[in-house]
Amino acid sequence: MRTQISSLKSKDLLGIEPLTSEEITLILDTAEGFKEVSERPVKKVPALRGQLVINLFMEASTRTRVSFEIAEKRLSADTLNFAASGSSVEKGETLIDTAENLMAMAPDMIVIRDKHPGAPKMLADRLPASIINAGDGAHEHPTQALLDAFTIRERLGRLHGVNVSIIGDIAHSRVVRSNIHLLTKMKASVTVAGPPTLIPAEIERLGVRVVHAIDEAIEGADVIMMLRIQLERQGKLSFPSLREYYNTFGLTPQRLRRAKESVIVMHPGPMNRGVEIASDVADGPWSVILEQVTNGVAVRMAVLYLLGGAHAAE
Amino acid sequence: MNVKKRLLDGARMNRAIRRMAIETVEKNRGTKDLIIVGIRSRGVPIGERIAKEIEEMEGHPVPFGILDITLYRDDLTTIAPQPVVKPTKLPEPIDDKIVVLVDDVLYTGRTVRAALDALIDFGRPRAVMLAVLIDRGHRELPIHADVIGKTVPTDADEVIKVRMAELDGEDEVLIMEK
Repeated sequence: MRTQISSLKSKDLLGIEPLTSEEITLILDTAEGFKEVSERPVKKVPALRGQLVINLFMEASTRTRVSFEIAEKRLSADTLNFAASGSSVEKGETLIDTAENLMAMAPDMIVIRDKHPGAPKMLADRLPASIINAGDGAHEHPTQALLDAFTIRERLGRLHGVNVSIIGDIAHSRVVRSNIHLLTKMKASVTVAGPPTLIPAEIERLGVRVVHAIDEAIEGADVIMMLRIQLERQGKLSFPSLREYYNTFGLTPQRLRRAKESVIVMHPGPMNRGVEIASDVADGPWSVILEQVTNGVAVRMAVLYLLGGAHAAE
Repeated sequence: MNVKKRLLDGARMNRAIRRMAIETVEKNRGTKDLIIVGIRSRGVPIGERIAKEIEEMEGHPVPFGILDITLYRDDLTTIAPQPVVKPTKLPEPIDDKIVVLVDDVLYTGRTVRAALDALIDFGRPRAVMLAVLIDRGHRELPIHADVIGKTVPTDADEVIKVRMAELDGEDEVLIMEK
């Protein structure tokens, strides 16, 4: 058996940074059991029956919210979706007041997405419910990193020693931050690449190699993770034009030839075809992008299950 | 915990499992539509051995599967730490088949209740039978075994420990005292 421990230390999942490599392995091993549930004729188990999970999405999200909701339903939890638009938040209520009001309805877990880094931590410190961070600003997006790791482990059989190159907007990405923490804890080698304006200073201190040419990042990679260029930031682009970005950093089949033959290409979505990734790559044999989506449900079920039961400390 | 008594050694366990295999075939008048399903953890090696005995007796293999019941336990939210979840693996659809559930010890019956719930999420078997190596009594639910390796009257403060070579390095059944 690979798992050495059988529970997580914290009542919350706020990020990858506080987790140990044993805890990460436990979540990934548990997710294997849950992946099987999604392949059954009846895709539902009674594990979290009677538990209430509130999905508090203060920032737009489709994929993550839907994925969490499916995971919750497959575990038989009751779910309630709360979005910022059209709610009391628009009338000026603070996040703490909103959360305390929701807490008065006794949820067991709260899944939160917020544009402010640290918002999940603020709730976790104040509320007895388990808090799951579904993305907080440019800080962390732990379940995305976990599903990425699950996909790599499923495809390559391990994380240790795997060469992972992450290419794109490194500066604004919470996905990158969580992935760097996870992959370095699991002893993978991480390379980041992108325009200098999109790479934060001193990111090497997190234990990654920085290169500025995409070909250098692709050379010898086992895994290539493409990041989304955030088109909503068009007004203050950190590079001259989208076409120039594609020409310099877009992942094309020609460029991919430098990678290992067995290379897999990942993308956390949503993709901008023809900006950071060519359609031929996104739909090509290297792509595991849709597997990532499938695995996301299993990984989120594992997290909900591990946080949703009794806690040893209580 | 102290060992009070060794109930079965390896040779006696093997004879018990062989007899369970014979009884399973007898009760079903053959192996038609039979699927052997071991309940994790100790039900798996016992079920595998029953399936192997049947294959040797009848000259053809019987399908074997593994059921993980963790998510169906009635004490899931009250036990800590959480039990580790593993995949269920069934070799073929169970609709209209005769499923023989295999476990090591039948005690309160709650594991079997959970196993029945889990099984029914995979389809509608024609019948479900229960085969256990040890029946120790003290049922809390209306559940009985169809095939039993050994019946042992026990006190509630005793613990039956089944050790299997595949998982524990040795075949034996012990009565332990708390």
